[in-house]
Amino acid sequence: MRTPRPDQVRIGFYICHCGTNIAGALDVGEVVNHVAGLPGVALARDYKYLCSDPGQELIQHDIRDHGLNRIVVAACSPLMHERTFRRAVEEAGLNPFYCHMVNIREHDAWVHTDRQEATAKAKALATGAVRRVALHKPLETKKVPIHGEVLVVGGGIAGIHAALILADAGKRVYLVEREPTIGGHMARFDKTFPTLDCAACILTPKMSAVGAHPNITLWTYSEVTQVEGYVGNFNVTVTRKPRYVIEDACTGCLQCIEACIYHDARFPDEFNLGLGKRKPIHLPFPQATPPVVLIDPGTCIEFKTGKCKKTCVEACADRRAIDFQQREETRQIQVGTIIIATGFQTFDPRRIPYYGYGVFPTVYTALEVERLLNAAGPTGGEVILRNGKPPQRVGIVHCVGSRDENTNRYCSRVCCLYSLKLAHLIKEHTGAEVYNFYIDIRTPGKGMEEFYNRVAEEGMHLVRGKVADVYPDPADPANGRLMLQVEDTLMGRILKVPVDMLVLSVGLEPRADTQEVRRKFNLCCGPEGFFLERHPKLAPVSSYAEGVFLAGCCQGPKDIPDTVAQAGAAAAQALALIVRGYTEQEPNTAYVREEDCSGCKSCIPLCPYTAISLAADKQKAFINEALCKGCGVCVAACPSGSIGQNLFEDEQLLSEVEGVLTYA
Amino acid sequence: MREGNWRPRIVAFFCNWCTYTAADLAGVSRLKYAPNARVIRLMCSGRLDPQLVLAAFARGADGVLIGGCHPGDCHYLEGNYKTLRRFRLLRRLLRDLGIEEERLRLEWVSAAEGEKIRQVVTDMVETLRALGPLDLPGQFRQWDQEVETLKAQVVEAERLTPQPA
Repeated sequence: MRTPRPDQVRIGFYICHCGTNIAGALDVGEVVNHVAGLPGVALARDYKYLCSDPGQELIQHDIRDHGLNRIVVAACSPLMHERTFRRAVEEAGLNPFYCHMVNIREHDAWVHTDRQEATAKAKALATGAVRRVALHKPLETKKVPIHGEVLVVGGGIAGIHAALILADAGKRVYLVEREPTIGGHMARFDKTFPTLDCAACILTPKMSAVGAHPNITLWTYSEVTQVEGYVGNFNVTVTRKPRYVIEDACTGCLQCIEACIYHDARFPDEFNLGLGKRKPIHLPFPQATPPVVLIDPGTCIEFKTGKCKKTCVEACADRRAIDFQQREETRQIQVGTIIIATGFQTFDPRRIPYYGYGVFPTVYTALEVERLLNAAGPTGGEVILRNGKPPQRVGIVHCVGSRDENTNRYCSRVCCLYSLKLAHLIKEHTGAEVYNFYIDIRTPGKGMEEFYNRVAEEGMHLVRGKVADVYPDPADPANGRLMLQVEDTLMGRILKVPVDMLVLSVGLEPRADTQEVRRKFNLCCGPEGFFLERHPKLAPVSSYAEGVFLAGCCQGPKDIPDTVAQAGAAAAQALALIVRGYTEQEPNTAYVREEDCSGCKSCIPLCPYTAISLAADKQKAFINEALCKGCGVCVAACPSGSIGQNLFEDEQLLSEVEGVLTYA
Repeated sequence: MREGNWRPRIVAFFCNWCTYTAADLAGVSRLKYAPNARVIRLMCSGRLDPQLVLAAFARGADGVLIGGCHPGDCHYLEGNYKTLRRFRLLRRLLRDLGIEEERLRLEWVSAAEGEKIRQVVTDMVETLRALGPLDLPGQFRQWDQEVETLKAQVVEAERLTPQPA
């Protein structure tokens, strides 16, 4: 083994074929020949799969046998394998930051068709890297400790499941839910496909487990209003909306509701989507967690006139839980990791006017039908139309707001199955004749196809075709009967189907405030508006923000089994970080060369993390490395060039610019 | 430089979190676009020292493309706003130097916008093709040559001029 003089740069250049991914699109050999002739390059090789064990070992052996002290790997994106090669280089005794990657797959081989041009680009990029790596300095990764607490945002089934796993592992969890109760959409469902087990029966035990868990701090009717900091050390502000009932004092006896000055419930009930009625003081639903009532100031007489007899307060007696003076409160917490489980909203079918939702009273969304079917719902589980009659003929329209150029192009994944479930349940409850109008029936997943066959065999009409028009049946306009016009594309004929209930299988959409939430947590969204995972296959619950994980439908439409699986995965990932106890931070922080600093203070207000201050004794800028996140804004702004940034030094970038501009 | 064989050269400074990732996405999606841009990764577009842009032009770039996160989406909170300021300043500076402003372009590209990378790069190449080569290094060489010629002329003139006693 030769030991080179430390000042002598000996670069090893490696280009990966990536099978045919790279080698098929550009001339790997030509790049090797070109780079071999560049100054400082001691060795240039190509290899079929550099990320494989033999590929990494090749580099490691070369480092030892040829005394290499810089490594350039031209392969895939550094976001993919930079860690792999840095580790390999480190194992061979070299500082990992002497390794640099050139992205010739995602940025070259995969996006260009002309072989010659792609080869020229690879040469240019490789030259840039070779010039740059010669100026690299040895660096050390910084270990940052991680707070053991976890914030879970959203108390649907995803948030509940993730919170319970973490809490059972002994970690402190803050579960923040916007609504007055946890449970989310699942709490509104009647039965769940494909097993038809009752949603409440499987969900409410988990809800009460959350409520009772000593490791879970449950804040309902609350929202995360501010998030600062980074992985391991997030400072989160949570705003708790006033429910005008003191949570710790309320026993959930519900005597206040009984005593309310309004004898009858007369205001639309949010939990039942306005199908039922509630009083100003109410509990969203019997198993609400926490079992604490709340007062709606918009309908409460005391709030509107200040002259109510306050019979609720009387009923509450010495428990004194009702507090009309309650104000919004904020809480500050520190957490190490965050799980986003903010869920979805259903498509608003008013956006497709010809279905007549909101116009004809017999048109319902699928979620409304869930409430009608539910024993705890507004009709006590009887499917009764707004005119008080049970339906005899029911039409279910699939793909409302899904797979549609005019609304959402994606498939919402759950609608086919929940439509079949609703068809089965409506038939079971009313004996009605049920028509399903579909584009395609999609039933992937365990037990789903079997469920489809079972429901289909029960004898319902499956018509392939989109409903094109809905209008009052001219023969029977008084009873609210509707006529559906649809082309049966299998039979090739136009059908007119009279129904007295129309169910719209609405798709799943990103929540209306997704963009706001995205900014708050520094996430990314995909083109359809759901939060974007770091990798569609290999990092499905990681977000683009380090330490923030995604679970459930906020990442894309999915059914309950997938949501729970994802929530478990997110919890495991959060736990993995906590258990390790620290994160490794790229050593790309900025630093001040004091001899050049004039103490002009230009950099100080630029830093978004207030990491820069003026050292009073020396009158020089001082960068607190623990606070610096390595953006480099100050580096670019320093008028005397006295701030450097590790891994992104001016001279490194300049030589990379020069390198990429040399045409092979 | 042979006309007709000339291909615009673009140095592209992309931020790690949005635009670089978008270019990766374009790759994963196998979108096809012009091969003229050479990407240099920065952690944040706010790291881009205006000198690097000028250096790129001086060393032969026909265009410089800056890519950052959309306003409000910066991974480092507000680095892209700093970039925007510097970009505007640089465009004015380029204009004063007699360099077409269109040679410097700033685009906000989120990690999900692989398609935008394709559009922006392809569009910028077309713009640069219409503008033609910038070739500052060639210009510098020419100026150097002119200075050399001038110097030689001065020397020659001094030789011919009778020195005052």
